[in-house]
Amino acid sequence: MSMVHQVYPVAADDFTRAGEASADIKRRLKQLGVSSAVLRRVAVASYEVELNLVIHSDGGELTLNVDQDGVHLISKDVGPGIPDIDQAMREGYSTANEEARSMGFGAGMGLPNMKRNADQFAIESQVGKGTTIEMTFKLA
Amino acid sequence: MSEVKRFHSVRLDKDLCKGCTNCLMHCPTEAIRVHDGRAHIIDERCIDCGECIRVCGYHAKIVETDSLSDIKKFKYSIALPAPSLYAQFRNLKDIGYVLSGLKKIGFDDVFEVARAADIVSRAIHEKLRDPNLPKPLISSACPTVVRLIQVRFPDLIPNICDIRQPMEVAADIARKEFCQKTGCAPEDVGVFFITPCPAKMTAIRSPIGQQKSCVDGAISMMEIYRALRPYVAKMQNEEDLHGESSHYGVGWASSNGESKVVCPDDSLSVDGIHNCIRVLEEIENDKFSDLVFFEGNACVGGCVGGPLVYENNYVAKNNIRKLVSAIKAKENINPVESVPVSVMNKYPLYMDAPIEPNPVMKLDDDIQVAMQKMERMNQLIDELPGYDCGSCGSPTCRAFAEDIVRGYFTETACIHKLRKQLKVMAQQMVDLAKTSSYEEKKE
Ligand SMILES: Nc1ncnc2c1ncn2[C@@H]1O[C@H](COP(=O)(O)OP(=O)(O)OP(=O)(O)O)[C@@H](O)[C@H]1O
Ligand code: SF4
Ligand SMILES: [Mg+2]
Repeated sequence: MSMVHQVYPVAADDFTRAGEASADIKRRLKQLGVSSAVLRRVAVASYEVELNLVIHSDGGELTLNVDQDGVHLISKDVGPGIPDIDQAMREGYSTANEEARSMGFGAGMGLPNMKRNADQFAIESQVGKGTTIEMTFKLA
Repeated sequence: MSEVKRFHSVRLDKDLCKGCTNCLMHCPTEAIRVHDGRAHIIDERCIDCGECIRVCGYHAKIVETDSLSDIKKFKYSIALPAPSLYAQFRNLKDIGYVLSGLKKIGFDDVFEVARAADIVSRAIHEKLRDPNLPKPLISSACPTVVRLIQVRFPDLIPNICDIRQPMEVAADIARKEFCQKTGCAPEDVGVFFITPCPAKMTAIRSPIGQQKSCVDGAISMMEIYRALRPYVAKMQNEEDLHGESSHYGVGWASSNGESKVVCPDDSLSVDGIHNCIRVLEEIENDKFSDLVFFEGNACVGGCVGGPLVYENNYVAKNNIRKLVSAIKAKENINPVESVPVSVMNKYPLYMDAPIEPNPVMKLDDDIQVAMQKMERMNQLIDELPGYDCGSCGSPTCRAFAEDIVRGYFTETACIHKLRKQLKVMAQQMVDLAKTSSYEEKKE
C-alpha cells in the first residue's frame, strides 16, 4: 500500500518561513488529486496549526501522512504546553502577543477552525513538555 | 467529454528561439520546457499571461491576434476600445479623439468597453448584497487570473464572480445597437476588441464561463496605436464622437479601478501574476474571511500594463489617473447608482456555462499511482543538486523530478548528475586500466 509521508520542522518565531509547510502540503495534495472540498479544509487547518507552532510553541514539527483512508496531520512541539485546553479551544481565546496581533493573528480562531474542518481532531498537552495535535480528513 | 485542443494566443517563433532559460524560469504555471534547443509550451498549463513575452530577449514569444486588415472580412466592423487604449496617449484632452480616430482607420462604429464596465459595475455591486456569497467574491475580469485559478486554485472556482466581463457585454450591446440603427444582419457585423493582452484573445476563441464569445476578434493595442497615433495627434474630433462612460468605467484600465466602484470599503486589489498567486494562497487558507471582493490583475498596474500595450505601465497609469480626474471634474457620476435598471435587464449579464477546474498539477487520476509517483519524486529530488539551474530543460529540480515521473524526461538530462556519473566512470576506467589484462600477463 502506498503512502505519502512528509515531515516539516517548524521554528518558533520564524515569520519569514511561516506558511511554507502548509503551502507545500497544499501543493502535494493538489498533485495527488485530492478533491477541492477536502483540500480547502486541510489548507485551513494546516495553516492554522503551522502558525500556532510559530507563534505559540518553542518549536516543533508538522507531519503529513496520506494513505487510502485520508489525510493525517500531526503537530508536535517541545513546549511550553497549554495549561487549560478547554479554554484554549474556545473561540476568541488567545494569548498571542502584540507582535503577532499586529500581523493579523490572535483572533483565537485557530484551534476552533481546526476542529471544525477536520473529521477527527485530538489535542493533548502537558505544561513544560509540549502539545500534540492530530487531525484526520477523510478522502471521500 | 471530447478532447478539444485548447486555443492559445501565446506562441513560439521556432526560428527566433535560442533555447535559453529566461521564459522557463518566469512561467507562473511551469508551463514551459526547453528541449532540442528550443522552448516548448505545455498547452494545458499555459494561462496566456504573457510573462514569457515580456522576458524573452529574442522576441521569440509571439501573440496570435487578428490584424486591422481582418476587419474587412465583414461588411461592417465595430471597434471595442479597452479603456487602457486611452492610457496610451499623454495629455489626452478628449476621448473623442480616440473614438473618431478609430473610425478614421476603418471601423464603421465604436463602442467603449468602459461603458460596459459601468453596467457590469452595477451588476457586481447588486450581486454583493447577497449575504450568502462566498467570501471573497473574486473578480472575473482578468481571464489570466481566472485561468490561474482553474489550474492552481480549483477549490476557489466557487468564489469567482459569474458576471460576464465588460468586453463581452460591450460586444453584445454594440452589435445589437448597430443592427437596430442600420437594419443590417448581425452576422454582417464584425465586433473587434482592441486588446492589451493575449489572454483576452484566448478568452474570445476559448471562452471561460460562456458557450460562445460575442466578440469576433481581437486586434493588438500596439497595432491600433500605430495606426491611430497620427489621428489622435491632430486633436480633432472629426467624427464628433464623445466618451459616454463614467470616470469609474475608464478607471477599470488600472488595477483597483473595478474594486473602487463595486466595493470600495471591503476589497483588495492585487496586480502582477506572482503577487496574485501569493494572495490566492492566503485566500485558500481562509486568511481573508472578512474580505468581500478580490480583484486580481495579472499585469503590473492592471490592464495598462498588458503585454500588448505601447506605453510604459507607470506612465499609462498616470495618464488614466489624469483622464479620470478630468472626466470627474466635468461629470461626477457613479454607475452603481446611475445605470438604469432597464439597461440591466435588457442584456444578458451572467455567464451561461460553468467554469471547470483544470487540475493539470495532478500526477495521476488514480490516487494510489499518484502517491507512488510522489514517492519516486521525493527520491529523485534527494539525488538532484538543488541548483534550479534550468539546464535540464525544467524550471527547477523539483519540476525536473516531476517531469521524470511523468515520463517527459530522463535523469541524464541533468548535467550535474551526468558529470557525477562520468567521474565515477572515469575512476572505474582508471582502475580498470591499472589491472593487467590476460594478454599482458601472457607476455
Ligand atoms: N502549539 C501551542 N503551544 C502552546 N500554546 C498553544 C499552542 N497552540 C495554541 N496555543 C494556545 O491556545 C490559544 C488559542 O489558539 P488559537 O489558534 O485558537 O488562537 P490564536 O493562535 O491565539 O489566534 P489565531 O489562531 O486566531 O490567530 C493560543 O492563544 C495559545 O495560548
Ligand atoms: S490584467 Fe488586463 S491586460 Fe493583463 S492579462 Fe489581465 S486582462 Fe489582460
Ligand atoms: Mg492560532
